[in-house]
Amino acid sequence: MKKTLPLFIAGILALLPLIGLSSYWMHILILVLMWSVIGMAWNLLGGYCGQVSFGHAAFFGVGAYTAGILYNKTGVSAWWGMPLSVIVVALFALLIGYICLRLKGPFFALGTLAMGVILRVTAENLTTITEGDLGIMIRERTWIDKTWYFYIILLIAIVSFFIVKKVIESKLGYYFVAIREDQDAAESLGINTTFYKTIALTLSAVLTGLAGVFYTNYMGYIDPKIVFALHDISIVTIMVVMVGGVATYWGPLVGAIIMVFLAEIIRSIPKLGAAHHTFFGVLLIVIIIYLPNGITGDLPKLKRLFGKGKAA
Amino acid sequence: MTAPQVEVLLQTILSGLLLGGLYALIGIGMTLIMGVMKIINLAHGELMMVGMYIAYVLFSVFHIDPYLSIFIAAPALFLLGILLQKYLINPVLKVDAIIPENQVILTVGIGMVLSNIATIIFSSDYKTTPVDYATKAWYLSDIWKASPIELSLSLPWSVSFSFALMITGALWFFLTKTDMGKSIRATAQDKDAALLMGVNVERMRVVTFGLGSALVGSAGCLFIPIYYLYPDLGGQFTLTAFVITILGGLGSTVGAIVGGLILGVFESLTSTYAGMGWAPVGRFVIFLAALIFVPQGIMSLFTRKRFGK
Repeated sequence: MKKTLPLFIAGILALLPLIGLSSYWMHILILVLMWSVIGMAWNLLGGYCGQVSFGHAAFFGVGAYTAGILYNKTGVSAWWGMPLSVIVVALFALLIGYICLRLKGPFFALGTLAMGVILRVTAENLTTITEGDLGIMIRERTWIDKTWYFYIILLIAIVSFFIVKKVIESKLGYYFVAIREDQDAAESLGINTTFYKTIALTLSAVLTGLAGVFYTNYMGYIDPKIVFALHDISIVTIMVVMVGGVATYWGPLVGAIIMVFLAEIIRSIPKLGAAHHTFFGVLLIVIIIYLPNGITGDLPKLKRLFGKGKAA
Repeated sequence: MTAPQVEVLLQTILSGLLLGGLYALIGIGMTLIMGVMKIINLAHGELMMVGMYIAYVLFSVFHIDPYLSIFIAAPALFLLGILLQKYLINPVLKVDAIIPENQVILTVGIGMVLSNIATIIFSSDYKTTPVDYATKAWYLSDIWKASPIELSLSLPWSVSFSFALMITGALWFFLTKTDMGKSIRATAQDKDAALLMGVNVERMRVVTFGLGSALVGSAGCLFIPIYYLYPDLGGQFTLTAFVITILGGLGSTVGAIVGGLILGVFESLTSTYAGMGWAPVGRFVIFLAALIFVPQGIMSLFTRKRFGK
């Protein structure tokens, strides 16, 4: 059962468009999958390797802008951004890693946060390349129907899931966890921590970048404030993983489902819509205090809690 | 360089120094919290935003001058800081979790809630406190008639700067001369040793967080006569404070002052010579340079010299 569960869930997801969901529901599903890709990517770096990044919007944005600029300057389809973004984002990740990975713990977090902001401001000001605050518009949509977008992001999500799983179950994964648990001890056991942290960062960045390329193609419009957003991208990424479960395979998916639905529900309530950040913030605080390892991570704790509730 | 160019340069440096004095005040609050509690407070800018809104409300409802509202905003922020530390941050420090950076993420959550509540109450419109002395300035030619160049010094900027100096001075006195200040510094140096010497470490942490919040809150009151106010303003100041802290060396108060001044001047230079939009980039160029070349902070350059290493 455990081995077939990923295939089973992938199968169910692949069949979902066939039951004739409305365009709105397809949109929600696409968002859930996109966020779970970003969440899985973040989880690889933050959850397993212990390097909490506050700047995943940087990679998301670089991916999105690779596709956008490619389309805007050469006129070829923005989908070609997918292969190109792998190289571009990896280069950015190496550069950011070179600067930020010399920092430890919270300082790494803030270093990456600063990187996200630097890239946003640069994208706003380099108007000759990025069109600045005007943003880039993909003028002809590939498909009107959302089904194909759904299958593409589903494919990316499945691939990311297996990449993360394979990496974590290999020797690399053990190195990552060793670095998370005690970096100095790992170093003294002969693990080249900077090297492995760079690998984790680059992999994580590339996956996030792919989600960014998808975003450009799907939404058809990007501007620096959207794709390099601190709260709406970087922090939500962290929340997806924190809520779902840190360092678990299924956590990002669970977190993405909860976060996307929560955002939609709150936004649809009149008058409360403006307060959705408050709800996110309160949820984050509650999760950190009571379920520090997320819903999937603290499942035994939750079960015990409800078990006790039944007994009493 | 011709005379007008020199004029622009000097004027830029002057306004950079004034800005830097205020930045220093923000940075000190953060560095204090970081030194004593070993956590990064990412809600720092949002606390400043709360201070600014307090000053704004006092001004628009009771017509209290923003500078006087320090005496209300600072205690209010002190209280808010104490409550946050006691009921949110302390419990998290005790929780066992996979990710050690939980408290940092927690402060992000606090910041999000604060700025969102401000949006709901005050809407996201830009607010200002139109004080009648806002456009007054002193000119060099008023004092020195034959001066070859003309420099001006804005009245609210210079008043804010002097207030920042006074608050910094008072803080220095508190930290070095009073018992509680000494206990706080002891906690920052070595928590366990301080505990053994009979310092109530738990209480010092609560007080420090309150103090840091009060400092940044009063910085907010000093900023509002010369700046505008909107709910999302916190984030940029959190980053500024963090850059100053890295630049000055973690937990170093003098470093925060020097760092604040450097950052102020540099930012002012970038906005004059590279364009307003690039000023934030200038801030981060400094940040990256500091990380790469002086990771111990600017003050480490001087200590090394002193010990002749």
